[in-house]
Amino acid sequence: MSNSGTGHNPLRVAIVGSGPSGFYATEALFKSGLTVQVTMLERLPSPFGLVRSGVAPDHQKLKQAIKLYEKIAQNDGFTFLGNVTVGKDLTVDELKQNYHAVIFTCGAESDRKLGIPGEELKGSHTATEFVGWYNGHPDYRDREFDLSHPNAVIIGQGNVAADVSRILSKTVDELKHTDIAQHALDVLAESRVSDIYVIGRRGPAQAKFTPKELREFGELANCDPVVNPDDLKLNAASQAELEDKANAGNAKVYQLFRDFSERKSGSKQRRCHFMFLLSPKALIGDNRLQKLVLEINILSGDAFNQSARGTGETIELETGILFRSIGYRGVPIPGVPFDDKRGIIPNTDGRVTESGKFMSQLYTAGWIKRGPTGIIGTNRADSVATVNALLEDIQQNSTKDGKAGVEGLIPLLQAKNIRYVTYPDWGKIDTAEINAGKKKNKPREKFTRVKEMLGLLD
Amino acid sequence: MTTIVTDNCKGCRFTDCVSVCPVSCFHYDDEMLYIDPDVCIDCSACIPECPVQAIYEGDDIPEDKEHWIAINAERAPELPVCEEQMDPLPGAEERKTELGF
Ligand SMILES: Cc1cc2nc3c(=O)[nH]c(=O)nc-3n(C[C@H](O)[C@H](O)[C@H](O)COP(=O)(O)OP(=O)(O)OC[C@H]3O[C@@H](n4cnc5c(N)ncnc54)[C@H](O)[C@@H]3O)c2cc1C
Ligand code: SF4
Ligand code: SF4
Repeated sequence: MSNSGTGHNPLRVAIVGSGPSGFYATEALFKSGLTVQVTMLERLPSPFGLVRSGVAPDHQKLKQAIKLYEKIAQNDGFTFLGNVTVGKDLTVDELKQNYHAVIFTCGAESDRKLGIPGEELKGSHTATEFVGWYNGHPDYRDREFDLSHPNAVIIGQGNVAADVSRILSKTVDELKHTDIAQHALDVLAESRVSDIYVIGRRGPAQAKFTPKELREFGELANCDPVVNPDDLKLNAASQAELEDKANAGNAKVYQLFRDFSERKSGSKQRRCHFMFLLSPKALIGDNRLQKLVLEINILSGDAFNQSARGTGETIELETGILFRSIGYRGVPIPGVPFDDKRGIIPNTDGRVTESGKFMSQLYTAGWIKRGPTGIIGTNRADSVATVNALLEDIQQNSTKDGKAGVEGLIPLLQAKNIRYVTYPDWGKIDTAEINAGKKKNKPREKFTRVKEMLGLLD
Repeated sequence: MTTIVTDNCKGCRFTDCVSVCPVSCFHYDDEMLYIDPDVCIDCSACIPECPVQAIYEGDDIPEDKEHWIAINAERAPELPVCEEQMDPLPGAEERKTELGF
C-alpha cells in the first residue's frame, strides 16, 4: 500500500469532541494537502461544544463562528458521529485500531473546587451548572436554582463570571429574544435577586474581564454597576502594571471600574457590585446557604507577579445563592493519560505523553490540552500547532498501514446498539430548533433532552 | 459594534492577529491588514495579540481613527484573505520600536 495521506491510503484521523478546537484541527488537516478522512465523535447529538452551550445567549454574534464550522463539515472527507461518548461507547483502543491518529479536543467540562467548608451546601453552585442550564445543555436540564434571596454571589472575575452575573442582572425583556432555554427564562422571570456581588481574589488592576464584557454592565436596562471608590486605590506594583503600554486591556478595565465608581447612585432595581481582594473562607447555613465568610487579602510581589495573601481579617455577606467560577478541569477518559493536578491531558506540543513518554497515535488540542484559558479564536492557533506535530510524525514514520476509519467504527456502534447521529441528522434537529424559535422570535429554541433530539430522527 | 485595523499596522503586518481569528476575516495588501465587517464576529481575540495595538473595537475607536471603519469595509472584500501567519514586512521591528512598543 502507498504511504498514508495519499489517494489509496488516506490519512484517517478521529477527533474526540466537536467544539472549536475539534473543528480547527479538522480544518488544519484538510488544508494539509494530504488526502485526509476525519471522523468527529461527540458525546451529545449536537455539535459545536461551548459555542453552543457556553457562550452566552445574549452574545449571538459570537455564535456565528458556527458558520465556519458548518463549512468545514461540508468537506467530503468529514463524518460527524454524535451521541457517541469516547471511553464509554467506544474505547480508545478501538479508535487506535481504526485510525492513524486520534486527537482529543474534549474540552474541560468539570470545575475547580474552592476547597472550603460548606461548599456542598444547598445554594452553592458551579458556574458550569448555571451556564449549561440557561444554555439548554442536556446534562444540566433538571438543575434547580433558588433565586428567592435578594443577594447572589459570584466568585471569580473572568468572563464566565461576567456572563453569569449579567444573566442574573438582565430583565426577561433583555433575554427573551436570545436562544436562552425556555426553562431558564421562566425561572429568571421569577427571580427576586436585587444585589449581585462579583468577588475577586486580587485587585481591580488584575481582574480578568475583557473591557467589552465589563462595559456591558454600564448599559443594562434595570441594573446599575456599583464600585466602591476606596477599593480602587492601587499599590505601586499595580500602578506600574497599568502604566505598562502592553497592558492596555487591564488599564481599560480599571478605567471602567473608575467610571462605575464615579456614577451617582442609580435608581435601577438591581445592582451589580464588583468587590476585590477577598477570598471565600467558609459557606455557612443550616440546611442551605445563608452566609459567606470572606477573608480580606493584600497583594505582594513584583508587578505582573503579585499574589493575594490573606490578612486574617474577615467579613461576612448574607446570600442565598453562590456560583463559583474559578476555573475548569478536564474529565479523564479511560485509556488516556490524565494530569490530575492540572486537569488536562499531559502533552508536549499536542503529543500526548505518559510519565514523559510519547503515546503513539494520540494527540490533543484546545482546553483539554492547555487548560481553560483563551477564547474561541485562541483554539485555532493551538489546533494548528497540534496538527503540525501530527503531520510531522506521519511524515517521519511514513506508515503504509491502511486503516478502516469510519467504515470500521459503524459496525462496532451498530453491534453496541448506539444510535449515532450523523451530520444530516443534526441538520434535522437544527432546522426543528430554528423553527421552534421562530414562533417566539428567538434565533432557536433548543431541545434540552437527548431523547427529544433522537425522537425527531426515527 | 465593529472591529477595525488602523494605521499602526502599516509597514509592519506582524499578523499575530490572524492566527487567533476564529473566522478568517483578515484580508491583506502590500502594506497592512483589513477586517471584513460582514464576517468578523467581534470576539476581540485579535486585539491583545497585536504588538503595536493597531486594532480597535466599537466604543474604543478614537475619534481620529474613525475613518478607518469605512476603509476596512471597502478594502477587505476586494483583497485576498490572510488565513495564516505571514512573515512580518521588512523593517517591522524598527517600526514597532518607532511606535513606542
Ligand atoms: C461560560 C463560557 C463562556 C464563554 N464565552 C466566550 C466568549 O464570549 N467568547 C469567546 O471567544 N470564548 C468564550 N468562551 C471560551 C470558548 O468557549 C472556549 O475557548 C472553547 O469552546 C474551547 O474549545 P474546546 O474545543 O477546547 O472545548 P469545548 O468547546 O468544550 O468542546 C469540547 C466538546 O467535546 C465533547 N466531549 C467531551 N468529552 C467527550 C467524550 N468523552 N467523547 C466525545 N465527546 C466528548 C463535549 O461535549 C464538547 O462538545 C466561553 C467559555 C465558557 C465556559
Ligand atoms: S498583529 Fe497588528 S500589526 Fe500585525 S498584522 Fe495584525 S493588526 Fe497588523
Ligand atoms: S474581532 Fe475576532 S472575528 Fe473579528 S477580526 Fe478580531 S479575531 Fe477576527
